[in-house]
Amino acid sequence: MAVIESLMEKGRRVEGHRPWPRCVVDEALWRALAQGLAAGEATLLGLWGEPDAVHMALLDEERGSVAVATLPCPEGRFPSVAAVHMPALRLERSIRDLFGLEPQGAGDARPWLDHGRWGVRHPLGAAAPAPDGPPAAAYPFLPAEGEHLHQIPVGPVHAGIIEPGHFRFTASGETVVRLEERLGYVHKGLEGLMAGASLERAARLAARTSGDSTVAYGIAFARAVEAALGLEVPARAVWLRALMAELERLANHLGDIGAICNDAAFALMHAECGILREHVLRAAAAAFGHRLMMDRVVPGGVAADLDRQGAQAVRTLLERVRRRFPALVALYDNTASLQDRTVTTGRVKPELARLYGAGGYVGRACGRAFDARRSLAYPPYDRLDFEVPVFAAGDVDARVWVRIREVEQSLALVEQILRGLPQGPIRVDVPADAAARGGEGLAFAEAFRGEVLAWVRVDGQGRIARCHLRDASWFQWPLLEAAIEGNIVADFPLCNKSFNCSYSGHDV
Amino acid sequence: MNKIVLEGLARAPVTESGPDPDGAALAELAASVNRAAMARLGRSLAIREVDAGSCNGCELEIHALNNAIYDLERFGLRFVASPRHADVLLVTGPVTKNMREALERTYNATPDPKWVVAVGDCAVDGGLFTGSYACVGGVGQVVPVDLHIRGCPPTPVQLLRGLLSLLTAAKAPANA
Repeated sequence: MAVIESLMEKGRRVEGHRPWPRCVVDEALWRALAQGLAAGEATLLGLWGEPDAVHMALLDEERGSVAVATLPCPEGRFPSVAAVHMPALRLERSIRDLFGLEPQGAGDARPWLDHGRWGVRHPLGAAAPAPDGPPAAAYPFLPAEGEHLHQIPVGPVHAGIIEPGHFRFTASGETVVRLEERLGYVHKGLEGLMAGASLERAARLAARTSGDSTVAYGIAFARAVEAALGLEVPARAVWLRALMAELERLANHLGDIGAICNDAAFALMHAECGILREHVLRAAAAAFGHRLMMDRVVPGGVAADLDRQGAQAVRTLLERVRRRFPALVALYDNTASLQDRTVTTGRVKPELARLYGAGGYVGRACGRAFDARRSLAYPPYDRLDFEVPVFAAGDVDARVWVRIREVEQSLALVEQILRGLPQGPIRVDVPADAAARGGEGLAFAEAFRGEVLAWVRVDGQGRIARCHLRDASWFQWPLLEAAIEGNIVADFPLCNKSFNCSYSGHDV
Repeated sequence: MNKIVLEGLARAPVTESGPDPDGAALAELAASVNRAAMARLGRSLAIREVDAGSCNGCELEIHALNNAIYDLERFGLRFVASPRHADVLLVTGPVTKNMREALERTYNATPDPKWVVAVGDCAVDGGLFTGSYACVGGVGQVVPVDLHIRGCPPTPVQLLRGLLSLLTAAKAPANA
């Protein structure tokens, strides 16, 4: 029987969770669901905690159905999903750090987000005071044994203008034998700040989960709140959100294509793509009043309307990118020295991408066609015409090509949106009775690097009781460790850039 | 490739002229900058960027300073890979507790004379993340700050204005 069907049949359905069901399960069913994930009968979409329960979001890719399973944890523990299904591991380590709930049988007792410096243990659970100085014991990295191996520690402060994280390489000569990531450096306690926040403040927090995906987070959070409160958003707002999302995707993909080539020492592409990216941001500023379009998506609609000049700025942008981009694609395609660096480098196995449910260009570069805009179609994408480009090779080159084709798709989408943009209001207020009712909502939005999950519970005063945001990076970071194995150390920046995972979106 | 390079040589530069230095930033610097040290360094400054917990929005705009349109290097400002090569630390984020020691060690690894520029609303006082168990709240809580550049995130032009004031302060007469 399909995993979600068995959950619906044996679990106890919770009222007021929209649009997908949430069911309370017992330990036996929880274990069975974990087995179903391990057998590939469903994909893990998310795993998050509360002080006295854990939740797991599941996707049935064939049927396109989603459901949440909840296991109450009165004893402060739950059967580890990671014991049979590795993609859950870091999520469980985070649940233990934040809530103090023990994943039993997990096989990795090390903390993940908690570096022993918060001055508090289990900040979202019992919140017991703890010393906040530098921790007494060093973090135990996993061993790599053999002759002539050496370690290269990198970070948390990196050489470029990028986010902080630690990479521990074990190399044999030039070849990477093992890479282990250590993240959590930019953990800001965002979900702690969310609790009790007004919808307005919570939306601003959500928009700063990962600055490069601020529009996507805005959309996911707003849609989750709107689902929880049963709010109907004006059509124009829905279309404007998509316009912003595609501009964000364009800016990031153009930046990434240039930056990946730059990490293969091909600066010309970086310079040219940098100019195009800058023009996208300027068009966004002209259209919506902010280069990254932060805080423009709000629960109930959008905070900025598109006027004639704004629409004209976006049209000019389309012309400009369409005039220039094909020559850059040809440049990438025809430069053998560049292809020599990207082709076959940093290969992700298709079965790993499937197992981890890797989204975005990481998944689509090795055959996993999931795109939230299509697979969990939300408006207005259900009415727009676009393709989801998928490649098979799984290397740096394929991740570049996914981005190239998505730039072309986004240009076409922007054009369709400008043509079909409905007239009317751009925002509705949250009605007092809906706020007083409260509720729970789950939503997804496709950011440039993959799907963003947002889960919220709104209390009876129209405030956020609990909010969980899960970046696509959670299921991509572990694959980077696998992709670099057997490559040379010097190719790591190239592989890393082709993944471009979010540190902030992961550490939250 | 040759075609693109030739086109680039033939067309007018895409680089735009720089903005005037920020008046308020100049006033802030006048109080904190050691002019003798600045005079020794001249107009060439090496910058090391440190993300101390930002959402990466500030990093995107700092990156943009290097693109052909803003071209930061023409002002004698350039980004370097190590704090040991740096005169200026450009720090973003509400300083997470997990990054505090890394920021302190980066500061200590930077040779004197040095300046710290706190970038973005979070870096000023913790911003939206004020009160979190995981954040110290403001770069000034951890290392001495010479200049704040506000914004969420500050635009490249705002960043340029702030950084140019660093250079202008070096040239200003000591009693100004």
